[in-house]
Amino acid sequence: MSILIDERTRLVVQGITGRDGSFHAMQMMEYGTRVVAGVTPGKGGTTFAGPRDQRVPIFNSMYEAVLESGANTSVIYVPPAFAAAAIMEAADAGVELVVAITEGVPVLDMARVHAFMRDRGSRLVGPNCPGLISPGKCKVGILPGQIVAPGPVGVISRSGTLTYEAVYHLTNAQLGQTTCVGIGGDPLVGTSFVDCLEAFSHDPETRAIVIIGEIGGTDEQEAARFVKERIEVPVVGFVAGQTAPPGRRMGHAGAIISGGSGTAAEKIQAFEDAGIAVARRPAEIAQMIGAALRH
Amino acid sequence: MDIHEYQAKEIFRRAGIPVPPGEVAGTSAEVRQIAQKLGGAVVVKAQVHAGGRGRAGGVKLASSPAEAGSHAAKILGMRIKGLTVEKVLVTPAEDIVSEAYLGVLIDRANHAPLFIASRAGGIDIEEVARETPEKVRRLHVDPRYGLLPHQAYWIADFLYDDPSHIKQGARIVGQLWQAFREAGASMAEINPLIVTPRGEVKAIDAKVSIDDNELFRKPDITKYRDTSSEPPAEQQARDAGLSYVKLDGDVGCCVNGAGLAMATMDLVHHYGGEPANFLDIGGSSNPDKVVAALQIITSDPSVKVILFNIFGGITRCDDVANGIVEATGRIRIDIPIVIRLTGTNEQLALRILEDAGFTAYTSMDEVVKEAVELTRAA
Repeated sequence: MSILIDERTRLVVQGITGRDGSFHAMQMMEYGTRVVAGVTPGKGGTTFAGPRDQRVPIFNSMYEAVLESGANTSVIYVPPAFAAAAIMEAADAGVELVVAITEGVPVLDMARVHAFMRDRGSRLVGPNCPGLISPGKCKVGILPGQIVAPGPVGVISRSGTLTYEAVYHLTNAQLGQTTCVGIGGDPLVGTSFVDCLEAFSHDPETRAIVIIGEIGGTDEQEAARFVKERIEVPVVGFVAGQTAPPGRRMGHAGAIISGGSGTAAEKIQAFEDAGIAVARRPAEIAQMIGAALRH
Repeated sequence: MDIHEYQAKEIFRRAGIPVPPGEVAGTSAEVRQIAQKLGGAVVVKAQVHAGGRGRAGGVKLASSPAEAGSHAAKILGMRIKGLTVEKVLVTPAEDIVSEAYLGVLIDRANHAPLFIASRAGGIDIEEVARETPEKVRRLHVDPRYGLLPHQAYWIADFLYDDPSHIKQGARIVGQLWQAFREAGASMAEINPLIVTPRGEVKAIDAKVSIDDNELFRKPDITKYRDTSSEPPAEQQARDAGLSYVKLDGDVGCCVNGAGLAMATMDLVHHYGGEPANFLDIGGSSNPDKVVAALQIITSDPSVKVILFNIFGGITRCDDVANGIVEATGRIRIDIPIVIRLTGTNEQLALRILEDAGFTAYTSMDEVVKEAVELTRAA
């Protein structure tokens, strides 16, 4: 099995005619994702040319796109100024899962969006995230399809390329994945580590879990508590930013040690206290998962 | 983005919060003139992006313009937490009956703005919250409706007993919320919020941090950016669309992706070296970006080796390799460069780099060990 996305996912791409939207719509279709509609205001009635002569209808609004195509998931590649509106439009149109790739969305916009999503009962992944991939079934976002393989490991991460690094090692060690979720590097993200852990806990095929955290916030500490109480499969953790100075934003808006809290040391401690095996180097992640699964 | 106290006070004034007058100066002669104009005792306050200014000797009370001038002469040019004081704020000294704390910030765990208030003002609020949580009132604002009048009153009622102070306080809570929203802040705080002997409630200090993601739609706030205290390399990086933070070590790091960049720094430290910087070149293979990154890294004289760590995902490794070869051909670099590329088309990339005379690696551990080794040899 897998979590959040699979072969039943019917995807609409918001911003499908943009540079990133069109490139990744093509990549997702090549991977096998069912892209059933695109939305770009003003381009309704035209089509997007995908691989193997597939044509994807483009609509002016999400309401129309969902009504006509039966989409249940959307992915957002629109500029930061319009991202909050796009997410809320998707939720209003009734999709269950909205994945926001856009980086640079104002935090106060996201505070409003989160309240809105809770009211509508839709799930948001992101923003500022690489998306998700359930190997062999579906990919939503920008994760490179060629580095993953189906298998028993669930992967959740706040980062992009660091996740690819870990997944690449897993795949090379014949340790495929059920689903890899990049939850995003912003201070406010729609889906937390705990949400993903909860989903993996209901998936019998996920037999081990990797959590890749970084400095800033307390999502890792909450994940540690949840793992201790609810997760029965082995969990391997990694935390980036041990050498990051306090008070400086390390790329991601959410990766900042503020007032001495959110340090890598306290997150590693929380992981260890919860019985999570902590990898000291990215290359160790796959080794530790391999060892745990052989037991 | 951090802004100075005098800038935060401008934002507060625009929202209607009572803030004492004051002017900013860069020389002690100007400070004397401002003190003369204000009359009476004044406070001279270092304007620098660091906490603990008072403890560092950056805030001084002066009873005359001459004394203000001599304090300014000492404070200007002073270094506080590694930052040089270029400007001071001169503001009238206020008589204080009581000091409270009032702040609003984004609470990550609850996805909402959070007001924090305490009668224990003028001191470290995090410590108050930890040691004596009963002295702190917390209120989440529902972002759909904003701060409601009864909520503002509930906070002010916690801070004050006198009905007039409560009324003024509630108005200031509402105005702080307005200032927070309009500035696109991630944090806005008044510490202390004082009551004067005449019964006026006033903000005599102001601290505001701006959410960088707001800057594209806040031109008035963006102009508050003070680049004088910022290393030139960080400005250059921002202009080139790169994310760069200077650190104290000697291994110059050039990585794609923020998480991988942090993990690379950590691995340098793990193998006994120290990273010279955090640098995320993003997902592109554009040689212009690589050139800018190399210029920024090499402008730091302590860098002894340049370490590339690239994971090719959607961006193909061969494209990145071509970008590195082209970039290194365009500028002269006198220190060793070690490169690690993994992911899509890595074999092709390794050939391109080796043909250009580089030693290329596929293992992150090996390349970091090699980089640390080279700093010892240098």
